[in-house]
Amino acid sequence: MATTDLRTGSLERHGLSDEQLRDMFRNMLLQRQLDNRGFQLNRQGKVPFALGSEGHEALQAGAAMAFNRGRDILAPYYRDLGLCLGIGLSPFEILLSIFARAEDHNGGRQFPNHYSSKAAGLMSFSSILAAHLPHAVGAAFAIAYRGETGRAVLATCGDGTTSEGEWHESMNFAAVHKLPFVMLVENNEWAISTPLEKQMAQPEIWKRAAGYGMPGRRFNGFNPIETYAAVMEAMDRARAGEGPTLVEGTCYRYLAHSTDDNDLTYRTREAVQERRKDDPVPAFEAVLIEHGIVSPEDVAAMRKDILRETNEATDAAEALPYPEPTDLYKHVYEGAWEPWQS
Amino acid sequence: MAVVSSANSTVMNNVEAVRATLYEAMKNDERTVILGEDVGARGNVFLITKDFVAEFGERRVIDTPIAEASIVGIAVGMAMEGLRPIAEIQFADFIYPSFNQIVGEAAKIRYRSNGEYTCPLVIRTPYGGGVRGALSHSVSIEALFYHVPGLKIVAPSFPDDVKGLLNAAIDDPDPVLFLEHKKTYRLIKGEVPDGHYTIPLGKANVRKAGTRLTVVSYGLYLHWALEAAERLQEEDVSVEVIDLRSIRPMDKTAILNSVEKTRKLLIVHEDNKFGGIGAEISAMVAEEALFSLDAPIRRLCGPDVPSMGYALPLEEEFMSSPAEMADAMRAMVKF
Repeated sequence: MATTDLRTGSLERHGLSDEQLRDMFRNMLLQRQLDNRGFQLNRQGKVPFALGSEGHEALQAGAAMAFNRGRDILAPYYRDLGLCLGIGLSPFEILLSIFARAEDHNGGRQFPNHYSSKAAGLMSFSSILAAHLPHAVGAAFAIAYRGETGRAVLATCGDGTTSEGEWHESMNFAAVHKLPFVMLVENNEWAISTPLEKQMAQPEIWKRAAGYGMPGRRFNGFNPIETYAAVMEAMDRARAGEGPTLVEGTCYRYLAHSTDDNDLTYRTREAVQERRKDDPVPAFEAVLIEHGIVSPEDVAAMRKDILRETNEATDAAEALPYPEPTDLYKHVYEGAWEPWQS
Repeated sequence: MAVVSSANSTVMNNVEAVRATLYEAMKNDERTVILGEDVGARGNVFLITKDFVAEFGERRVIDTPIAEASIVGIAVGMAMEGLRPIAEIQFADFIYPSFNQIVGEAAKIRYRSNGEYTCPLVIRTPYGGGVRGALSHSVSIEALFYHVPGLKIVAPSFPDDVKGLLNAAIDDPDPVLFLEHKKTYRLIKGEVPDGHYTIPLGKANVRKAGTRLTVVSYGLYLHWALEAAERLQEEDVSVEVIDLRSIRPMDKTAILNSVEKTRKLLIVHEDNKFGGIGAEISAMVAEEALFSLDAPIRRLCGPDVPSMGYALPLEEEFMSSPAEMADAMRAMVKF
């Protein structure tokens, strides 16, 4: 596959229009802005917790472009801000989650970044890693069972999750039943504080695909176009009823695991700075400018617009009320509920 | 006890009642699928789904890999995406790998998504001992799960209840753990009404009316408690036996009404005593009806050991008996 090289500036579009390339870039900028906003609000004492996806921007912007809205299903994990934006969630919805407001899809129940939207095809998930993957496989089974071609389930996880038993069980079942399922691993090299070499003896996760009897490939997740091409190819296979694929995108986690984590306890600032040299956001910006797809002025305007949008979403979400205390008791089951029946 | 089929009912054992109900569900709703270990060609280890795969096909009767966490997890995903899965855990002892999928996922889908997603799922599993099942084919699991909001738990003991409660579980919009005592599978026969009917979850049933003592039980021990109560009846001692049927939700009214009448309560279950179902019932009655009681509440339950052993004396020592239950009842009545 011909690739865009963000360092040499060569551009292989894989059929993406200027507008789509700009959309991907805008998504990347928006991710970074919203990530920062979550951390800012936490440091301001306005929210107890935030999670960031910095370093995953290109991977998620590219993968989201391979998702067919209104048809495909996304089963993400908690470091998928960009994917969720890319399939249709708005900054306002993200801020509702950060502020845990009543209007949030989850009614302010879940941690930030644990998005859910049935309308967007975004499956509800918990913080328990890999627990969502059997759900994604079950959803893929339902699609195939009903004979709905042209639909697929895109499931994601980090490298850490590939150690879970349910990761294996899900891959195996999807392969046995040739389900419309794509397993996208976002390999950022860290499972909170545990580096890749302590997680697995064989660090190329995509190679496990052969063991399940499905195709696998690895791509540079710092490159949104290469990501798009790899994920789109896998999704098209799935949509055509040709079965599942394992795709692994390499990236890096620039931030600590969350606002509650101090990553300097297990890695050095210098090591992270070294990897910042490959930061996909400025790299993609440079390529787009070099090829005349955006001008520096466009980028400045885009950044300004994103900041305005983020500020408006922040103010709007913050102004909204929390859930009522009595909302605690809703949706345990359908209807009113007591464990003791009379 | 002679049981004969009438024009409007059929005599079945518990296995046949499960099988007939599952068959009807598969016939009636294309969204229904059955998944589990050996449910296809083998027809389930107790032959509950025998011949199903020939009639309904491999897409609806799914032989899964041996992977209990994902049997439940995949069923959760199916339920979230519009199917009505009935997942089977081959023996209740094997449910532990799927604990998170049941407790952390299925029971929380509706809640965590603020009602956007639901999880209409039935998990069936045979439990209980007295079958030389050793440590890993004998356990009772209900107490591990009845603490969990978001989950419903049913444990019928008679074939008519099996059908009515399984139909209700299948219709239910939330996840239901459906427990089948494997020793009662072929031991217990009874008339099962023809046609579709449901029994509401959370309703107990007074299987034997009485005045001197209330006995609450479920599963195999319910049958033994009934046998013991019949012995006491021959001694002119009238004991009331309540078949709990549902463990979560539980029927407070039936228990309290009975205790108000008999003023004494004995809870009998095979699962071990500490933190068991009887603990919650005892606490509820102590909170709601302490001054109606003429005797301390008593629990006759399994011993506090990990499971029953394979060797016959180790199983027999674990299991109670109708005679032991009758003794406990006599002691309570005398108090």
